[in-house]
Amino acid sequence: MISIQNVRKSFGDLEVLKGISLDVNKGEVLSIIGGSGSGKSTLLYCINAIETIQSGKIIVDDIDVHNPSTNQDKLRQKLGMVFQQWNSFPHLTVLENAALAPRIVKGLSKDEALSIAEKELIHVGLGDKFDMYPTKMSGGQQQRLAIARALAMKPDYMLFDEITSALDPELVGEVLDTLRMLREDGMTMICVTHEIAFARDVSDNVAFFNQGVIEEMGTPDQVINNPQKETTRKFLSKVLS
Amino acid sequence: MNYEFHWNTVFQHMPEMLMGAFVTLHVSVLSMLIGIVLAVLLAIVKMNNIKPFSYLATTWVEIARNTPALFQIYMAYFGLGALGIHLSPYIAVLSALVFVNTGYLVETFRGGFQSIPATQYHASKSLGMNSFQVYRYVILPQMFRRIYHPMTNQFVWSILMSSLGILVGMNELSGETQRLQSLSFRTLEYFIVAACLYYLITKLVLFSAGLASKKLFKGEI
Repeated sequence: MISIQNVRKSFGDLEVLKGISLDVNKGEVLSIIGGSGSGKSTLLYCINAIETIQSGKIIVDDIDVHNPSTNQDKLRQKLGMVFQQWNSFPHLTVLENAALAPRIVKGLSKDEALSIAEKELIHVGLGDKFDMYPTKMSGGQQQRLAIARALAMKPDYMLFDEITSALDPELVGEVLDTLRMLREDGMTMICVTHEIAFARDVSDNVAFFNQGVIEEMGTPDQVINNPQKETTRKFLSKVLS
Repeated sequence: MNYEFHWNTVFQHMPEMLMGAFVTLHVSVLSMLIGIVLAVLLAIVKMNNIKPFSYLATTWVEIARNTPALFQIYMAYFGLGALGIHLSPYIAVLSALVFVNTGYLVETFRGGFQSIPATQYHASKSLGMNSFQVYRYVILPQMFRRIYHPMTNQFVWSILMSSLGILVGMNELSGETQRLQSLSFRTLEYFIVAACLYYLITKLVLFSAGLASKKLFKGEI
């Protein structure tokens, strides 16, 4: 379980998270929607400790993420993350991209790492691309590679930071389909997304962030179909039009 | 112009010339290898502002890039000698070349590091890698690829600049040429051959570097 308790985060004088609290249980999918600058991506960065927080607590399976005694490198093995800008390693083949972390971080043998990598790549539909270099692939394929690379570490949770925002429109579908597949697999996920229809389809809960606070949170039916607040309605009408 | 070329003496002493060429190659290769290691470390401490090492890095770069290589060789040989630290000509020239190479490469590497998007670092971290692993497996391989050509230029510079060894009596190619021509006074012939040898050494190095880059760097960055 990921438990976020009254988290505050500032960049200099600018407070981007103003006391965020929410829980994500095992097997649940939470989508976070909201305008740019609302703090939704920052929250993901704080969950896997790429960013620090000023106050509050983030607990992942009883581990206090920002406690100085926490081994954050080890903690991140539990938390797979995929970013808006696909970050394939351009100097490695597709297969090497996915096998690198299992081999060097988990210390698996080369063969074990490669077989896990192959399995995950086949799972996301890149079974015929093992020896390709990522820069030769489309954005959608690179983003699926990023997902497979994260899955190869066998994480307990997956964090997705607007992973379709930088894609050409015709490539968005294949990436969202991959996420739907992960949902079927029972993966616990937090998706920061602008794809409202997707959020409605796959999420157990949806949180609408506005200027660093959770304006509204609940089932997709509550938040997307029947928003209570004016700000939520305004935002939805803008992105759905 | 009635200069008569006499090549015989040069050909007789060719083995010594080639030995000098070998020393030239030797000292410049070594100065590059040590320079690369030091420059990577200094570039990292400089970028991450790790005090007090970042001050050392800045001072090093400033002195190395803004004073003549000749002075640095003099400092290493005569300067330290005056203080009672006596280096052999080889070690003095090697130290000076390492000093300059490091100074220049720090800046080249820093540019190289900064050209790698921060997101590569984040993505690696998110996979559970520690900082050393991120650098070793993700950042450095990409950085070296981007700065490979400026780095080979620095290598060529080292080969040519090692000729300053002549001033402290080092037996590299220029030093040997100087010694041999003074025995026969066939100055022009000796220096023509030495120039050809320098040309061949740098061509050999650039050719090998080109081959190595094909082996080392696959994929596109």
